[in-house]
Amino acid sequence: MNRKQKKVLIRIIVTVVLMAVIIGISKLYEAGFANAIKDFDETYSIYPFPYMFGPTWPWQLNLVLYIIPYIVIGYDIIKKAVKGIFRGQVFDENFLMAVATVGAICLGDFKESVAVMLFYQIGELFQSVAIGKSRKNITALMDIRPDYANVIKDGKIEKVDPDSVGIGTTIIVNPGEKVPIDGIITEGNTSLNTSALTGESMPREASVGDEVISGCININGVIKINTTKSFGESTVSKILDLVENSSMKKSKSENFITKFAKYYTPIVCYSALALAIIPPVINMLMGNNADFGTWITRALTFLVISCPCALVISIPLSFFSGIGCASKNGILVKGSNYLEALSNAKYVVFDKTGTLTKGVFEVTGIYPESDYDDDKLLYYAAHAESASNHPISMGLKQAYSKELMLEDVKNIEEIAGHGVCAEVNGSKVHAGNMKLMHKIGIDNITGHDEGTVVYIAIDGKYAGFITISDVVKPTSKKAIVGLKKNGIKKTIMLTGDSQKTAHKVAGELDVDIVKSELLPADKVSEVEALLEEKEEKEKLAFVGDGINDAPVLSRADIGIAMGALGSDAAIEAADIVLMDDDPEKIALAIKISNKTLKIVKQNIVFAIAVKFICLILGAIGIANMWIAIFADVGVMVVAVLNAIRALSINNKK
Amino acid sequence: MTKTYDVEVDCANCAAKMEEAIKKTEGVKDASLSFMTLKLKVEFEEGADEKKVMKKALKNCKKVEDDCDIIF
Repeated sequence: MNRKQKKVLIRIIVTVVLMAVIIGISKLYEAGFANAIKDFDETYSIYPFPYMFGPTWPWQLNLVLYIIPYIVIGYDIIKKAVKGIFRGQVFDENFLMAVATVGAICLGDFKESVAVMLFYQIGELFQSVAIGKSRKNITALMDIRPDYANVIKDGKIEKVDPDSVGIGTTIIVNPGEKVPIDGIITEGNTSLNTSALTGESMPREASVGDEVISGCININGVIKINTTKSFGESTVSKILDLVENSSMKKSKSENFITKFAKYYTPIVCYSALALAIIPPVINMLMGNNADFGTWITRALTFLVISCPCALVISIPLSFFSGIGCASKNGILVKGSNYLEALSNAKYVVFDKTGTLTKGVFEVTGIYPESDYDDDKLLYYAAHAESASNHPISMGLKQAYSKELMLEDVKNIEEIAGHGVCAEVNGSKVHAGNMKLMHKIGIDNITGHDEGTVVYIAIDGKYAGFITISDVVKPTSKKAIVGLKKNGIKKTIMLTGDSQKTAHKVAGELDVDIVKSELLPADKVSEVEALLEEKEEKEKLAFVGDGINDAPVLSRADIGIAMGALGSDAAIEAADIVLMDDDPEKIALAIKISNKTLKIVKQNIVFAIAVKFICLILGAIGIANMWIAIFADVGVMVVAVLNAIRALSINNKK
Repeated sequence: MTKTYDVEVDCANCAAKMEEAIKKTEGVKDASLSFMTLKLKVEFEEGADEKKVMKKALKNCKKVEDDCDIIF
């Protein structure tokens, strides 16, 4: 709680105590204290408490006493209301509260008057605390803002403002500190905690030569980093910027409510005025008792109910909570409007490589002939390919988990379009495609059509083959299932790969539509065709790795970039950014969006419904001031609590 | 030119009113106020004197909501 909130809290407590005392005294008085005083006075004739009020507590005394808590709790509102009138801003909530409570006092409902003010203030305080809390929760992500950078000056380590550190400076990051600026490690190794950025709790290992991203927390080792970017251009600044600006892009629901409130408040005020005047006047004309008191009470009840704050606050708060929940999970949503659009997403288009698959080649199968075993075959293949940087060679080397013995390899010869030939440990090894095998006279082997195949011959004799392919990410399948569960009609996969590979991956993942052998430009036209096809209200989301699909990202209704940590282009082009490269986060993002929108709708319907019912009840005289207070503060409290629920959506269930 | 400012305001409805008032200020092309982050983003007309415009914008805000402030 901040100072302002504490002050209000103290005022609330003082008011409650004062009211309790006043009510207590008056009850006590009526319960017999009055008689006791009377007896005392009559017996002793010294009149310490003159028995002048009679047997019931007089209203004049109530007026005098209740004015005190009324002023304590409501002085600022009265002040604002008066100021508002002078500025021509008549119909705001301060005015409503002032009129309602002063009106109640005029009608002799002192207790009600203070109670209305009290509950209004409690409601405001609660709202303010709730917003503050969610603000804090959400800005917890902004905790990634580093306060300083350690630079070496004249042989001494000095803490400086990260903004003042130039590109190419060496900075030191101690254990427990945040990496302030993007750069490359020049000394030391450590584990980095990226959870504030990605939501991923597994620490990431980093050593000399590795790029590190600002915002990570250094866990155990001291590292020196050579900065590659200025602070303003670093990941951490970009993310902060993005999150801070996310609530600027307002959703349709928010705009609707703002507009609604603009018409709603004056309408209700004039209705209240009409309610106070017209029925009594009609009564008078009909020759009956005008009964002004009753109708003014009803009009005032009407005013208390009418306050639009529950609506106005709960909608943006729900979105803000939803966005906060998403960022907690490493999903950055650039605006409430995108979160809203995502709940209408019916089509999700994926780029294959790097999105559903890892985008790196991995050994998926080793098939040795009977003279060799898996390890042996992999040993020859990896060593023969040791000099190459081709993705396939990298995959082989990665699969061969032991250290390569480069001194075993001699006379490496690359045969373009075929493969390589080398002497490994004294044996002549050929590793390459089928064409290479034919070339060295091996004809009687059966082909294999899964992914990419490396055939190996040792000393001119066929030794077996190794299959290599771009592997599907472990969570891709779950992601597709999750999307279906969250209301996605069709999943579509676009790829530049061959039809065979594309269909294999699509079959594995249960993707509905596959389009293969596409050039980058074709992807745009495919997405455009899909956009044509769908209905206006249905939205299309495109998920890519953001590296070369910026045009598609911006063309789709919602562009989602994944694995965007450190990629400025992706952060720029996309509407939603997944910090890590887990496709399951897409399903989670849609789930968060759906739930948030559900909460928004609940709040709109609930608040408007309760208000209208209470308004009607108030107009016909069934709802009294207490129900009116519930309709105002109660609805707001419930709506705010409901909105905060959006913060804790998770992937379970 | 677009600039972001910190804002002090207490209620969501007032924030909406402030946004409306700022949008109507001369020299402001567009404005967006987020009650959640208490940030105001103003897009100025070309050639507008940002300090002067903001002074006027704050004055307009005070007209609709007394209890507010923009830090610039």
